[in-house]
Amino acid sequence: MPVRTMHSPDPPQLDAATLLIPNRRDEIDRAQARLLSALERHGYNDSARFAVRLALEEALSNAFNHGHKNLPDHVPVRLEFSVGCGEVSLSIEDQGPGFQPEKVPDPTLDENLELPTGRGLLLIRAYMTRVEFSPRGNAVRMVYQPPGQVV
Amino acid sequence: MPTSGSRLRVKREGDITQVEFVDRNILDEANIQQIGDEISDIIEADAGPKLLISFSNVDHLSSAALGTLITINNKVKNKGGKLRLANIDPQIYEVFKITKLDKLFQIHDSTERAMASFR
Repeated sequence: MPVRTMHSPDPPQLDAATLLIPNRRDEIDRAQARLLSALERHGYNDSARFAVRLALEEALSNAFNHGHKNLPDHVPVRLEFSVGCGEVSLSIEDQGPGFQPEKVPDPTLDENLELPTGRGLLLIRAYMTRVEFSPRGNAVRMVYQPPGQVV
Repeated sequence: MPTSGSRLRVKREGDITQVEFVDRNILDEANIQQIGDEISDIIEADAGPKLLISFSNVDHLSSAALGTLITINNKVKNKGGKLRLANIDPQIYEVFKITKLDKLFQIHDSTERAMASFR
């Protein structure tokens, strides 16, 4: 006999979307809400949602504040995400000139501890399972896998 | 109670100013800027400010918020004052640990302990 009853929900499908986000807080919040709803549908717990939300916030902040420093607010950053069981993948691409992540100073060194900026990348790397930058440095791909599922 | 449009709840107890955030999420850079400005006004108004910032309502914060806290810390130090942080949720405390800012700030697990540390 099948285990599922007529009332069992279907197993969640892969949730995926591509969004173009201008530098406006309501648009950023809407994109975050859409991603977080997908995580909830797939049963990701509070700490997973905290991690993914923080990484997205930091990546968008870097894209707008650095990548789009000399561009008007309406020029969008492109977010692609896919949420499946066991893995969340995010790609954020800005239209700026790119940067070299290896040249960002380590904010945890004693001499940098009182600098007010430069911690976004550190947090992204701490909370995501994998982080890769495009060769030009204007796009980042981040993968989150819940602890215990890392492959 | 916050005054109209304020992002803070401010309470004065003796010579200590206690500050709480109105927002559960300290992510929006415009709000973070406003928080920084409001707390800077409090620091400026005091000769040797004793400031306690409580995170009891806060679920999320970003590196921009951390940057503002560092600026606040520097301003308090420059005026010969004292800054304490308290009631930080374990998930957010982890952010302080990752960034090693738990070494820079004096963090207490309750308002009472933070208040006692000023004495």
